Amino acid sequence: MNTELTGIIATFLLTLVIAIPLGKYLAKVFAGEKVWTDFLKPLETGIYKLSGINIKEQMNWKQQLKALLTINILWLFYGFFVLIFQDKLPFNPDGNPAMTPDLAFNTIISFVANCNLQHYSGESGVSYLTQQYVLMFLQFVSAATGIAAAVVLFKAFRDKTTTELGNFWEFFVKSITRLLLPLSLVVALILTFNGTPASYEGKDQFISLQGDTVHVSRGPAAQMIAIKHLGTNGGGYFGANSAHPFENPSYFTNMVELIAQVIIPIAMVIAFGYFIRRKKLAWTIFGVMTIGLFMLLIPMLNSELGGNPALAKMGISQTTGAMEGKEVRFGPAASAYWATVTTIISTGSVNSMHDSTMPMSGTWQLLGMMINSFYGGCGVGLLNYFIYLIVAVFISGLMVGRTPEFLGHKVEAGEIKIAAIITLLSPFLILAGTAIASYVFTSHGDAAWAVQPKSWLNNPGFHGFSEMLYEMTSSNANNGSGFEGLGDNNIFWNLSTGIVIFLGRFLPIIGPVAIAGLLGAKKFIPESAGTLKTDTKTFALMTFAVILVLNALSYFPALALGPLAEYFTMLK
Amino acid sequence: MKKYIIQSIRLTLVLLVLLCVIYPITVAFIGKMSKGNGGGEKITKNGKTVGYALLGQSFTKPQYFWGRPSAVAYNAAGSAGSNKGPSNPDYLKEVQSRIDTLLKYNPGIKKTDIPADMVTASGSGLDPNISEQGAAIQIQRVAKARNIDAKKVKELIAMNTLKPFMGVFGPSSVNVLKLNLALDEL
Repeated sequence: MNTELTGIIATFLLTLVIAIPLGKYLAKVFAGEKVWTDFLKPLETGIYKLSGINIKEQMNWKQQLKALLTINILWLFYGFFVLIFQDKLPFNPDGNPAMTPDLAFNTIISFVANCNLQHYSGESGVSYLTQQYVLMFLQFVSAATGIAAAVVLFKAFRDKTTTELGNFWEFFVKSITRLLLPLSLVVALILTFNGTPASYEGKDQFISLQGDTVHVSRGPAAQMIAIKHLGTNGGGYFGANSAHPFENPSYFTNMVELIAQVIIPIAMVIAFGYFIRRKKLAWTIFGVMTIGLFMLLIPMLNSELGGNPALAKMGISQTTGAMEGKEVRFGPAASAYWATVTTIISTGSVNSMHDSTMPMSGTWQLLGMMINSFYGGCGVGLLNYFIYLIVAVFISGLMVGRTPEFLGHKVEAGEIKIAAIITLLSPFLILAGTAIASYVFTSHGDAAWAVQPKSWLNNPGFHGFSEMLYEMTSSNANNGSGFEGLGDNNIFWNLSTGIVIFLGRFLPIIGPVAIAGLLGAKKFIPESAGTLKTDTKTFALMTFAVILVLNALSYFPALALGPLAEYFTMLK
Repeated sequence: MKKYIIQSIRLTLVLLVLLCVIYPITVAFIGKMSKGNGGGEKITKNGKTVGYALLGQSFTKPQYFWGRPSAVAYNAAGSAGSNKGPSNPDYLKEVQSRIDTLLKYNPGIKKTDIPADMVTASGSGLDPNISEQGAAIQIQRVAKARNIDAKKVKELIAMNTLKPFMGVFGPSSVNVLKLNLALDEL
């Protein structure tokens, strides 16, 4: 069998081997049961003490959200000011300049929101101080924020009726001490010993074999690359992200990084089922998500391994597949697998340039981000899926003529309204954002911005439209990958995507937590013959149908104008 | 509310120490034991650094094996891909001219011998590798320019070919810098 395919099959299987036990472990950690990492308790107690936190204090869903939003807003201010003064602060060996306010606005929202859309380039746009004390710091805490929010939802369904949903700070701190930090340490060391720089030395210079002078950017990259994947952040240390040979030195590190970004999203699904003592529910959710993964992966493999038809016409050999924007050491199959998981999960790191993938691959990448819950980001993937579940429960309820229930709690008008708003938010932000961008591009091409709108696009025609659509979709999904040909470091893109990222992050956290809080407080109705069971294959199919129909209806026209149109013109 | 603000500030400070001082310095410290001491593995020739093992560099002279096209001319202080879309007419012209260049400088090869990686830019612009086929089409040119036997060149390619990981996972590749170094040492 083709070694490129065996490589991705092995990667996926290894992912499951790690993720499933990890999920069971997480369920225990958050339930406060005994686990082998309990030796870290003194560290946690120390953190609580220094921070003035009493974890015995129970919070209801509103207090949880208040705590979550307070600390997130604090990070926005902290990071913004460090970024605009980075040139005057220490640890800037390469002497990189300060960020402009609009770029800092975009960057800080992007990293607080676990999005990691980057309108700067790592080598020239940030200092070692900001790489670590702002960006890497936020990669840890934004992932922990998402996980903690999901645990609040777990809590709402564990007991029959409850308003006491645990302590947000405890979930948040434990996500770091019991999960993100230890795993990051392991992954960072694996990367370091395979060639990724980890030291604080500045730029180097050498004369190449042929006599050219070459400057080499370096720095403490391994530390950041570990958490960028584990925390589904995706923001790279270097401009080329995980395509850069330092950031991803070999096929082996590529497997490690691929596994690292998928394990926590899968583990959270498993943890959900074990935590609320409904294992079967977790497995059906996992089943739907995995089918979703393969439905996007297989056609993407097909188009990338098939090569670029325009190059085929020139008569060259594309035995392995399309190679533009890809690295030889990974090959098209591992690049397509990466492009699939990085878009269904909101990582957004890349090991090949998505702008140069085949048009149909672009379609699957966009669709993955639009759905945003086939596994999805750390914690938030499950929250997004929960909204689809509520909609599916509601529609099934209407179909059979019963009051919809979810896990023994009546789903009523209030919850449905919230779910409807969150469902409509994504298409609104993506489509309105792309429409405004297209309008500015066509009607105000000469606006005197850092990049004039008429020079935004790196590619003409339908592909250019896809670049704008991708940018907005990635922002809303908090994904952070891009069709990087887009000239995005200017006031329009910095502000617009900043706003989209912010809304696309916090409303989809607030909504599901609120629904869970409201449902959890309602009277528990024991299961009877008339109960709609949510852990059956039929209901799984129903959820899958809801996901497909909602997304197809919302996005088909936009996809038709972009990648689909490009695909059909290339067939000619 | 005020309580949350104060807790947030204090928790942020504590975590800054844990995540941004203790964690990265631990990794950097242990990383000192890795090849290149955690600063990237260097390749030296006659005591001088001539490159980094992982980073590709530009080769244009006929006696060296050429790497892949790069959107940043192998500038290791600013990596990037071309971000050209698959149907972009300017891009397709560029690919055509790369094909023509290869045909011109490598006598005896046919269009169908040229693998895609030799005429497309890599994702990072620093790809250190080419495919085995990408090396094969350059054998005649290099052998002629150096006035050595093509067989010898073939042997060197085989020695500098990285097989799939553990023999079964992923593609095989040829490291251009190491291959060229080996040629220089003949």
